[in-house]
Amino acid sequence: MGTDGFSIAEARFLAPDVKLFRIVAPRIARKQQPGQFVIVRIHEHGERIPLTVAESNPTDGTITLIVQGIGKTTKLLNRFDAGDIIPDVVGPLGRPSDIRLFGTVVVIGGGVGTAIAYPTAKALRGAGNHVITVLGARTKDLLVLENEARAISDEVFVTTDDGSYGEKGLVTDKLKALIAGERKIDLVLAIGPIPMMRAVAETTRPHGIKTLVSLNPIMVDGTGMCGGCRVQVAGRSQFACVDGPEFDAHEVDFDGLAKRNAMYREAERQALERFVSDPKPDLDLIRHRCKLEDVTPR
Amino acid sequence: MANPLTPKDRTKIPRQKMPEQEPEHRRQNFAEVNLGLNFHLATQEAMRCLECAHPKCVDGCPVGVKVKDFIALVLAGDYLAAAAKIREDDILPAITGRVCPQEDQCEGTCIMNKKFGAVGIGYLERFVADYERETGQIGLPPIAPPTGKKVAIVGSGPAGLSAAGDLIQKGHQVTVFEALHEIGGVLIYGIPEFRLPKEIVRQEVENMKRMGVEFQTNIVVGKTVTVDELLGEEGYHAVLVATGAGLPQFLGVPGENLCGVYSANEFLTRVNLMKAYKFPEYDEPIYDCRGRNVAVVGGGNTAMDAIRSALRLGAKNAYVIYRRSEAEMPARAEEVKHAREEGIQFLLLNNPVEFLGNDKGWLRAARCIKMELGLADESGRRRPVPIRGSEYELPLDVVIIAVGTSSNPLVQSTTPDLKTRKGGYIEADPETLKTSKVGVFGAGDIVTGAATVILAMGAGRKAAAAIDEYLRTGVW
Ligand SMILES: Cc1cc2nc3c(=O)[nH]c(=O)nc-3n(C[C@H](O)[C@H](O)[C@H](O)COP(=O)(O)OP(=O)(O)OC[C@H]3O[C@@H](n4cnc5c(N)ncnc54)[C@H](O)[C@@H]3O)c2cc1C
Ligand code: SF4
Ligand code: FES
Repeated sequence: MGTDGFSIAEARFLAPDVKLFRIVAPRIARKQQPGQFVIVRIHEHGERIPLTVAESNPTDGTITLIVQGIGKTTKLLNRFDAGDIIPDVVGPLGRPSDIRLFGTVVVIGGGVGTAIAYPTAKALRGAGNHVITVLGARTKDLLVLENEARAISDEVFVTTDDGSYGEKGLVTDKLKALIAGERKIDLVLAIGPIPMMRAVAETTRPHGIKTLVSLNPIMVDGTGMCGGCRVQVAGRSQFACVDGPEFDAHEVDFDGLAKRNAMYREAERQALERFVSDPKPDLDLIRHRCKLEDVTPR
Repeated sequence: MANPLTPKDRTKIPRQKMPEQEPEHRRQNFAEVNLGLNFHLATQEAMRCLECAHPKCVDGCPVGVKVKDFIALVLAGDYLAAAAKIREDDILPAITGRVCPQEDQCEGTCIMNKKFGAVGIGYLERFVADYERETGQIGLPPIAPPTGKKVAIVGSGPAGLSAAGDLIQKGHQVTVFEALHEIGGVLIYGIPEFRLPKEIVRQEVENMKRMGVEFQTNIVVGKTVTVDELLGEEGYHAVLVATGAGLPQFLGVPGENLCGVYSANEFLTRVNLMKAYKFPEYDEPIYDCRGRNVAVVGGGNTAMDAIRSALRLGAKNAYVIYRRSEAEMPARAEEVKHAREEGIQFLLLNNPVEFLGNDKGWLRAARCIKMELGLADESGRRRPVPIRGSEYELPLDVVIIAVGTSSNPLVQSTTPDLKTRKGGYIEADPETLKTSKVGVFGAGDIVTGAATVILAMGAGRKAAAAIDEYLRTGVW
């Protein structure tokens, strides 16, 4: 543990660029509750990135992470395979989701946000709620965890922007229809890209439906030590890593969050470009812990 | 060799100057500023010691390092013995020699201080510790036979490390749990390379590993495991909480969430722990300071470390904004001197009242107000009062807030029977460092509030002695 790193028990792609990892981390698996995350560093020169835990199994001591390869670190992580070692995984961090009987809950997952919403949705169902899941993706190929969502929901709807699967449209179109329908909705949980979460907040606000979102600001330590993850909620500064990551959607300053998340855009672009054009230095850093052979960028 | 000089002649030797990198050069790199005394300078400096019958320097040192004795050993040329002498009271001499506020401690009380300039005790301490390390002759102390008792230490800053070092010698099994991926606390994530090379901290940690201390990184006590679990199913007989005062304080003025506004903790963690100054060779980014205007708010060591780091990252203008005057600045005198030499601009008696942004959410300026000193407050320092109508705008791209830290509640909030006092700091007996919870001790900044390396180290050692006694006698 700790100094020896964390070995990957299982790794497989769920969609292009979206990979599932089951990682041996017994201490975290024992403590993990829905809504919590870990911070991961993948080699000696690596940055620390937060990843939500999609599932944990205290019996076999593993946690499941679902990683979308967007930036350099996540793209590099997605080259790891079963048997490889991740040097640093710390958690579980953040406050767990508030799990109790609300009544009818609409869970909205946008893109890999589905992976973050999944454990909370499952727990909400377990607490006796009627769970309606709405999964949104740009296109059919990018949809993840549909079967898992079906297994833990009373109703499932899928929307795609291009209509390649499910209903053509946005998750908020579906949400509007649900709000207009028969059933009274007691809680909405929305997790996905910032514009989606903001749109959901604006959809439910006029109806006064309690709405929660899980925020993804840039983090360093994840323990309240740096303040880099601060967001404005109800006019007050909150540290998402310890006070969140879930907050009342109607009180979050999404605009401020989006701006702060863009803070390192230039550096991120540069790092990715450098990695894609020459991945060797990074692959060398992970080689001794990984069976990596192939050095062509994917 | 005994000192051949008369006391009078000793006072005639000027305090030796620490060789250092030239300001123009060092402001462009992260290598250590002070280069260390050579043998000749060290001997000259040691000759200045008057060998007082009642050395005041020892009283001035929070842990009572036997200054006179170790300086005599330097003069005798027995540097290893000198280092061993210091280690009797201070197990991290290479670190304290570099970062102690000597002017307020040993050198402040040195009898030579007023008229001739204090003996360079910190310089000499560093000299012998570096000699010991560079010759690879650190004498590891003997370890007592195993007692079968297990101690968990939470936090790997100077308090935790020093306690671990003492407890392992007593034959206990010691595990240090650290939330971050590297061991050392503020010594690793806070104090920059140019003041305390990380290699020195790593070497100390290596020594402890060789003595048998186990380190577990990536464990956040309160999250990954609780204190009650450590004492229960994990089978530890005692727990020392040494989690520091790591929570950043902000000013609470408008605009503090703009891009470009950092806490000193974040800025320094990115630079030191994550090596952002080597981006893109290292992945963690930091705002590109090259050619920009950067300011730090505050006047302590943290403020100096942050702004001098920004300067090394290429800042065009680097300011310290401090609401009192230079006399009240809590930073070590040497850091302020070095900062000035490097071209840091001091805006004393100034205070930001608002940060102004552009339409993309980026900082563009600070609105500052000038201050004057009024009557003394409860801390005895003259209280700064704003001068009405003196507000002005200072164009800035980055501002770093270094106005103090407070306690991190993760351990306290998950350990219900652990008593805290105002500010969430842990209540502990000043002598035994016992907390309100049986088997749990507290040491360092998490008990005292943000203080110094040597005080944290001293507290860690006191706690170790009390823990050892508790484990041997079973009496709480
Ligand atoms: C930038 C800066 C410069 C400084 N310069 C000087 C100087 O020149 N001279 C001087 O004497 N002092 C200086 N200080 C102060 C000095 O560093 C501190 O007083 C000292 O480090 C306190 O030691 P500590 O062991 O109590 O805590 P820390 O050094 O803060 O270590 C605490 C450790 O505990 C870990 N931790 C916290 N919570 C948990 C948890 N729940 N589970 C597991 N681990 C946890 C933290 O990650 C950290 O590693 C400086 C401080 C800073 C920030
Ligand atoms: S530990 Fe610090 S205060 Fe004590 S003698 Fe050494 S430098 Fe001086
Ligand atoms: S990530 Fe550093 S305080 Fe939240």
